Amino acid sequence: MEIASNVNLASLGQQVLVGLSRTTILFIVSSGLSLILGVLRIPNVSHGSLYMIGAFFTYSVASFIGGQTGFWLALILAPLAVGLLSLAVERGIFCHLYDREHLMLLLFTFSLMLVLGDLVKLTYGSNYRSLAAPLMLQGSFSLSGLPFPRYNLFLLVAGPLVALGLWLLTNKTKIGKIARAAAVDREMVAAMGINVSWVFAFVFCIGCLLAGLGGALVAPTQNITQGMDHAIIMETFLIIIIGGLGNIWGALLGAAIFGLTDAIGILVWPQFAIVFPYVAVVIVLLFRPKGLLKSTW
Amino acid sequence: MQDQGMNSRGLILAGVVLAGLAFLPAFAERYYIYLAALILVTGLLASSLNMVLGFGGMYQFHHAVFFGAGAYAAALLTVRGGANPWWGYLLGPVVAAALSLVMGLICVRLSKLYFGMLQISLGSLVWAIVFRWYSFTGGDDGLHGVPVPPLIGSVRGAFYFTLIVTAVCLGLMYLIVNSPFGRVFQSIRDNPERAEAVGVDVVRHQLIGLVIAGFFGGVAGTLFVTVEGTVFPDLMFWTLSLEILIMCLLGGWFTFLGPMLGAAIIVSLRTVVGIYTEYWTLVLGVILMLLIFFLPEGVLGFFTARLGRRRAAGEDG
Repeated sequence: MEIASNVNLASLGQQVLVGLSRTTILFIVSSGLSLILGVLRIPNVSHGSLYMIGAFFTYSVASFIGGQTGFWLALILAPLAVGLLSLAVERGIFCHLYDREHLMLLLFTFSLMLVLGDLVKLTYGSNYRSLAAPLMLQGSFSLSGLPFPRYNLFLLVAGPLVALGLWLLTNKTKIGKIARAAAVDREMVAAMGINVSWVFAFVFCIGCLLAGLGGALVAPTQNITQGMDHAIIMETFLIIIIGGLGNIWGALLGAAIFGLTDAIGILVWPQFAIVFPYVAVVIVLLFRPKGLLKSTW
Repeated sequence: MQDQGMNSRGLILAGVVLAGLAFLPAFAERYYIYLAALILVTGLLASSLNMVLGFGGMYQFHHAVFFGAGAYAAALLTVRGGANPWWGYLLGPVVAAALSLVMGLICVRLSKLYFGMLQISLGSLVWAIVFRWYSFTGGDDGLHGVPVPPLIGSVRGAFYFTLIVTAVCLGLMYLIVNSPFGRVFQSIRDNPERAEAVGVDVVRHQLIGLVIAGFFGGVAGTLFVTVEGTVFPDLMFWTLSLEILIMCLLGGWFTFLGPMLGAAIIVSLRTVVGIYTEYWTLVLGVILMLLIFFLPEGVLGFFTARLGRRRAAGEDG
């Protein structure tokens, strides 16, 4: 077949690695979304906007300080800033809406997405920005003759670290255990004398921080533009649906499916590469309509 | 609860507004005639969404897909097939209804939020194909200069055609909502378990509801082609779906004419705000936030509820 003529083992291996580094970003963002959905029961449409804001903040901090330290500092400061922003929104507006029905909550986060998107446009204008990776992560190394960017290797290390951190947070700390309990039965947790409202605020903040972190990590790999929010939010929503709503390991599995089908699609049939992940999603959902892993709902 | 959707007074009001619109081209400028046609198209789209959202209680998150499917089917038939444009008005709604049936068969058994999410993913699949199939759909550029039947080719002609079709469709939808089927459909919204228990085939009714909504969404799509003469993938992008959801919410999603009112408010506001600033989505976002906090029943819902209260108070006294 003509369309598959450029497929060989080396390029396939290369695309798998590219797909896995894409998986890292997708996992970090969608795990945050999944965390919020699992505990607070809110489909946070504004999650993609926070990802975009994380990327723009990273650009600002990195170019303000400059050099290697600028980037590493930005990688810490930008997610923290996004987390604080989300905490302010949650405490200021969102926490008054928890007893409303899902549709209202969804539409509220949509309105947040509209507002945040335009605020970014207001602040940064409509030109795109690009950010260079720090010097030690620039360039690429050879992988059986084909180049593989060093920065992607860094992503492949960062992804498991975040997954481990998230696992420790939800399974080994007190607040994590409380949050998981609140996801199952919030009345009972409240009856134990725990302020559920603040637990929710904490979880929302952590989830949004992850969106910011995803944005910060993606910043050196692509143009930072308006519209990043639209693209990522749809992808992450699909990822957590096929993974199982609220299940963080499901988010990892879903991100891998999405990242790999996308990367391999580019190799096999570039024009319709965008369609491959969607087809994968539909196939998964036809057989497992509630997602691959157990959902917390 | 205003379950019948609209009382006789509302019916008369709607008739008066439609008749008034018929005289619009006599005094208004071309641009306002075009704008009015656009409002009617968007309003019909929002009303068709409300068939399943407000009256069926189903989370139809990606209704714009049927709008786009109708528009693309009509446009492709004439541009690629070279057929008489009039056939597009038949093919568009039928394609949209068929797509709605297929998507409905896949997701109808799922509960509310899962239903909506799976629908979004299926819709995005359709969007992605249209977005990339350059040789057939024109890809992200879309198709421009789609032929429109000469009779309704002018701004005025397109307006009258849109007005008549919208009025007929609204009338049909009103009859459906108030038919025995519509009653059962609403009872499923209010309590699916109880409806099931008294012997209603819930899934079948919901499927029929979805197909009807998809059909009228497709009609709106073909009307869009008539008014604009162009199709592009944004017609079936998910942000448009959420925008028409806002229109239903703004107008009042438990009322029959609410979505029409919501569409009129949003489309005219977008035009007015667009004159002063490019930050329309910021304004829309703030409106939506205020709406959720202060007017969750929508504008029309708010007034009918007040009217109902006053009438009840009058009967007491």
